[in-house]
Amino acid sequence: MSKRKSTSLWARVGIYAFLLFAAAFFLLPLYVMLTTSFKSMDEIRLGQIFALPSAPSLDAWRAAWSEACTGVSCEGVRGGFWNSVAIAVPSVVLPILLGAINGYALSWWKPKGGQWLFGLLMMGAFIPIQVMIYPLVKLEAAIGIYSSLPGIVVVHLVFAMPIMTLLFRNYYASLPSELFKAARVDGGGFWRIFVQLVLPMSTPMLIVAAIMQITGVWNDYILGLTFAGREHQPMTVQLNNVINTTTGERLYNLNMAATILTSAVPLLVYLISGRWFVRGIAAGAVK
Amino acid sequence: MKRRSLAAWGALLPLAVIVLIGYVGTVLWTVRTSLSTSRTFPKDDFVGLQQFERLLDNERWQLAIHNLAVYGVLYIVAAMLLGFLLAVFIDQKVRGEGVLRTAFLYPYAMSFVATGLVWQWVLNPDSGLQNAMQQLGWKDFSFDWIVDQDMVIYTVVIAGTWQGAGLVMALMLAGLRGIDEEIWKAARLDGIPTWRVYLSIVLPMLGPTLATVFTLLAVGVVKVFDTVVAMTQGGPGTASDVPAKFIMDHLFGRANLALASAGAVMLLLTVLALVAPLAYARSRQKAQGGH
Repeated sequence: MSKRKSTSLWARVGIYAFLLFAAAFFLLPLYVMLTTSFKSMDEIRLGQIFALPSAPSLDAWRAAWSEACTGVSCEGVRGGFWNSVAIAVPSVVLPILLGAINGYALSWWKPKGGQWLFGLLMMGAFIPIQVMIYPLVKLEAAIGIYSSLPGIVVVHLVFAMPIMTLLFRNYYASLPSELFKAARVDGGGFWRIFVQLVLPMSTPMLIVAAIMQITGVWNDYILGLTFAGREHQPMTVQLNNVINTTTGERLYNLNMAATILTSAVPLLVYLISGRWFVRGIAAGAVK
Repeated sequence: MKRRSLAAWGALLPLAVIVLIGYVGTVLWTVRTSLSTSRTFPKDDFVGLQQFERLLDNERWQLAIHNLAVYGVLYIVAAMLLGFLLAVFIDQKVRGEGVLRTAFLYPYAMSFVATGLVWQWVLNPDSGLQNAMQQLGWKDFSFDWIVDQDMVIYTVVIAGTWQGAGLVMALMLAGLRGIDEEIWKAARLDGIPTWRVYLSIVLPMLGPTLATVFTLLAVGVVKVFDTVVAMTQGGPGTASDVPAKFIMDHLFGRANLALASAGAVMLLLTVLALVAPLAYARSRQKAQGGH
């Protein structure tokens, strides 16, 4: 890289100008959200969305968390937050565990016909949700879990299967096959090899898979809207209700605080995970 | 050997159930329902392609398809172009690369709902960008696409591009970094200008990355739903309607199961038409590489 010709000064200026302009475009919404969330409604009515708050206040954040109204109940988005946590924990753990088992069984044991199952699953990854959603509602209603916490978790499990299986299958297939042969010679069975040899080696993929599932489940709207029911509405659904179904004056400061609160978990995951986040996207993209 | 398969199949049983019931079963059910006259409840009658004819005559569906096409083309072109430019510019050994990457990619971590809501505010003419520019003294400044029936779909493109361009940037940058430094040296020796190298040598080498990015974006286009619901609720009127929203409304709001199923099947066929050529090309590539 050091061998590249040093570009002229004007070219450098142009490069930085473009990058800064682009950064402004990407950061503008975040800036507007943050500044507005610290303003009072009186200040917002002045209509200067780019101005910094004159008297920053956390009132809107407090109200968004514990007083914002959806329909008749005014309990803030905190309920949705805890609903999302309750949905996310099993919807992250179960698909990852099952994906790892699938990937291990498919790549190391290669059972007869396994490639057909995997092929079908990969085609399934491209099926639009709308094709599957109604029959899934009917199925869940038939077994009595529609509109419940298990109901939404099962649906997340179904939709996560292609990517989770693919991630672990590719990862395990890239490990040296001598490992498997040696474990077999030592008399290891299916589950023993999985628990004692394979799982301990899976840490990088477990991290990538966890990042993808946490952000995916937390950001989901359509599945939560359809399958979770009123009692377990995730934060995204509640946020949309708070903002798009309110009548009367729009409380922009509260709305923006609520939006940031709803985005906080995936944003934190992204900021903390850094390059792992990109690795997850790239791994998922290689289909 | 028998026992070996048995243990693995035992472990794969949950997956087999999910694939056969959750994927294959539900798709067959929806295809079957699209050939019936089901309204609120599924019916067993068979009317051939009647629902598809009704669907294609439905003005709201036509508009939704039109919007999807406009959104799809513009979003994919804009996100790929912007993402590629960002990657190329970041690759010029700039300072603050980490900060820039974070700034470009963070929207991808946000939900489509949050994305739609944020842009709804920024683009709202009464309280957002237009109003702010007028307050700053630019009295003629006008940007009211989000309340304009003919322009509203373009605002969804803006929001989508904002959310997705960083992903393209990240994948392209990984591709650029994987290119052999020798190629740059050779091009330098031959005196080829940098932009020429990117366009004529680097871009073709990024072919597989481009295909991946295109597939990801295209599948995202067909699924577009949350952004529209949060940003415009499909409005003004039904001006920013998209097929996914049309189907959801007819499934759960308007109780027209058969018509919605026909729409879902059309959506599925669209995805297959997009993905099949790429899958075919890839399998041929693999076959050639294997021999």
